[in-house]
Amino acid sequence: MTASSAAGARRRWRQPSVLPGFGLTFGLSLGWLTLIVLIPLATIFLKSAGMGWDQFVAVGLSDRALAAYRLSFGTAAAAGLVNALFGLLVAWVLVRYTFPGQKIIGAIVDLPFALPTAVAGIALTALYSPNGWVGRFLDPLGIKVAFTPIGITVALVFIGLPFVVRSVEPVLADLGNDVEEAAATLGATRLQTFSRVIFPAIAPALLTGFALAFARGVGEYGSVIFISGNMPGRTEIAPLLIVTQLEQYNYDGATAIATVMMLVSFAILLALNVVQAAGRHRYGA
Amino acid sequence: MRRSTTESRALQIILIAVALLFLAFFLALPLVAVFGEALKAGFGPFLDAVTAPDALSAIKLTLLIAAISVPLNVVFGVAASWAITKFKFPGKSLLISLIDLPFSVSPVVSGLIFVLLFGANGWFGTWLAEHDLKIIFAVPGIVLATVFITFPFVARELIPLMMEQGKDEEEAAISLGATGWQTFRHVTLPNIRWGLLYGVLLCNARAMGEFGAVSVVSGHIRGETNTMPLHVEILYNEYDFVGAFAVASLLAGLALVTLVAKTVLEWRFNLHGSARH
Amino acid sequence: MIRVQNVTKTFGDFAALHGIDLEIKPGEFVALLGPSGSGKTTLLRIIAGLEFQDGGEVLFDGEDVSSRSVGERQVGFVFQQYALFKHMTVAENVAFGLSVRRKGRPPKADIRARAEELLRLVQLDGLGKRYPGQLSGGQRQRVALARALAIEPRLLLLDEPFGALDAKVRKDLRRWLRGLHETMGLTSIFVTHDQEEALELADRIVVMDHGRIEQVGTPEQVYMEPASPFVSNFVGETNQLPGGIHVRPHDIDLVASGGIPVVVDNVFRRGGSWRVEGRIEGHDRVVEFDVNAASPAPTLGDTVRIQPLRERQFHKRRL
Repeated sequence: MTASSAAGARRRWRQPSVLPGFGLTFGLSLGWLTLIVLIPLATIFLKSAGMGWDQFVAVGLSDRALAAYRLSFGTAAAAGLVNALFGLLVAWVLVRYTFPGQKIIGAIVDLPFALPTAVAGIALTALYSPNGWVGRFLDPLGIKVAFTPIGITVALVFIGLPFVVRSVEPVLADLGNDVEEAAATLGATRLQTFSRVIFPAIAPALLTGFALAFARGVGEYGSVIFISGNMPGRTEIAPLLIVTQLEQYNYDGATAIATVMMLVSFAILLALNVVQAAGRHRYGA
Repeated sequence: MRRSTTESRALQIILIAVALLFLAFFLALPLVAVFGEALKAGFGPFLDAVTAPDALSAIKLTLLIAAISVPLNVVFGVAASWAITKFKFPGKSLLISLIDLPFSVSPVVSGLIFVLLFGANGWFGTWLAEHDLKIIFAVPGIVLATVFITFPFVARELIPLMMEQGKDEEEAAISLGATGWQTFRHVTLPNIRWGLLYGVLLCNARAMGEFGAVSVVSGHIRGETNTMPLHVEILYNEYDFVGAFAVASLLAGLALVTLVAKTVLEWRFNLHGSARH
Repeated sequence: MIRVQNVTKTFGDFAALHGIDLEIKPGEFVALLGPSGSGKTTLLRIIAGLEFQDGGEVLFDGEDVSSRSVGERQVGFVFQQYALFKHMTVAENVAFGLSVRRKGRPPKADIRARAEELLRLVQLDGLGKRYPGQLSGGQRQRVALARALAIEPRLLLLDEPFGALDAKVRKDLRRWLRGLHETMGLTSIFVTHDQEEALELADRIVVMDHGRIEQVGTPEQVYMEPASPFVSNFVGETNQLPGGIHVRPHDIDLVASGGIPVVVDNVFRRGGSWRVEGRIEGHDRVVEFDVNAASPAPTLGDTVRIQPLRERQFHKRRL
């Protein structure tokens, strides 16, 4: 490692360090990132840009595509909300209470991360189809889950749950008992303490968890296509529409839909980030 | 440990019960359903399904894909984490966001981009055809899509861990005369080995289980480009439910092994007192 | 002989060091004393080779080591949080520097013997098989020291060596380190923000503030003849009287007439004296001074007259 004068130019960009290997590791990671992620992703936008506007609109904003976006974003949002509620509950119970089997429950929360999506898809279909394990009890009540948007939401709840639990859990665990005790000494009820002290502290993490679950839900494919029924205009999700276009060798159409999906996803994630950054700024955390 | 600020035991029990019921319905039941459906017709049909030639070749291909893509992402993940956590440079948070990018891209889109690049009508399609190279509808395409999908896993586990550990120990090693490689080998690696293993586990689970991206690039050629998850789909669509669930149960078994290993690792982390998560 | 010549360092827009000049003689025990942000740790890390100066030179025995890596400089560095290798035993930690040598690596048995010898030196014999996590703070500190000494450094550098310890251990360890320095005679520099520590341990103190050296001198000089208002304030307690006069609380006497009238606000016992807090009549300025506890305590609200015994006057700083 040569010091002061030798690497003047590079030094101005990054702060010098005695640890070696920056050039190698940074170069390797940036090169690999560019090759595997950035260039391939750029092709989507380049191809979209190369398409005429009319052509883009014809598939990308067709009625069928619009219905698919509505379905994908709608069910992902619904599942995200369910997960925000129950994910918070699960995290709370795991962090705050003790009960037998807690460790196992804590481990099983990660199941959706580990279970291949196609496996989850066929399993959920086996449960919720009209003659399935659960579906046969719901069917006589007139409740249809499989092959409806409810089924899609169920699949997305499965996929998204760990995102919320794992985002909220550490924040809840780090939240010192002292603020709650302070609230209690000041005469707050338990509910007031929760809504005015605890909830604001964990809200950013909850929002992060929601955003992650939502983003995953919008793009989810494997766990949904089995349970959704795939009826165009009704239960056809946007990722499936891309696959359909591809199978018809309509690459432009597939690209247009992918572009719209990605732009909307990024816009929503960006908005959520802005909300969070504003919150951070305000609380100085 | 009872705290002065907590809910009554009755409310606690209600909340625990609701949480457990939710988890039972949404997580445990699907898992049980996989094994239940797989063994519905008994053990014989199950065994037939998982030892069928197409199933075996799907298993082989899945193992091959994981064996190629996981090591690639381990090398990348370790290199990226070293650069990001041990040095100060502008643009670091942008780099971290870019590494996370594949998480926010639909798996189907992840497959699509490689079709656009290397497919018959893709940018390099003609050139590849002229040189008799096949990427899409062949193993290289599946590897590419899998590497893309699992790209962030190892780095994501290591970056927070190494950030927290700081660089004091590495500086101490260097000040005692160790080389860069000796420092990494004797000081950094022992400190990150469990986190690294954890990342490898998650990366591997995803690599073996990826469906959407692989489905787009594979072409579903039986016995050639069918991975296990794709094979599950084919069997399912052919109404061979026992077969589909039998192969699915192997994947579910992999998921369970991953979860157990992960739990054991977390237990070890706590044992050594190094904080995580 | 260690020489630092006109060393400058900036982090982004923040100037950490402005042209530092310093000479350290062989065998000296020197303290870099200053508040946080004064640049003392940066200077120590630059001498070690853990950080690189933007300008100026660092010379070891007349040789410019600026282009030498930390490993080549052969300095023993004790980190503030010790930076012990958690996964290695105490003995392995101490032996690390020798076992990673590429040329002239001693045989295994010699390394082991050397580690044991060092552990004896730092009074940790018998603990070689433990892990750092199983030791107390004071013990860890000594392991870090033994590890640094194992490479037979030409210079020992310690970053806030007692910062992470509680008061009692800190005091014992301080005395012990002073003794160790006296027996080994190794040139040593340590960083501290604790003036008491610097006064007790060091042969010479380098007082730093805002990236500049304010004063270099023996503890006696720094305390009795502070070169600037900053030093006077930072090292020991000081009262600022009107007219830019600085005086220490124990350098004030009560007088019957003349002197400065002070209204007594508070009196409490501190060791063998009364510590009196009061206000100068007609000013808001607070003064603290000590009165021998053998005499009765001044009454609250009374006006007493004080006379500085030793004072220093500082004029506007030349910059």
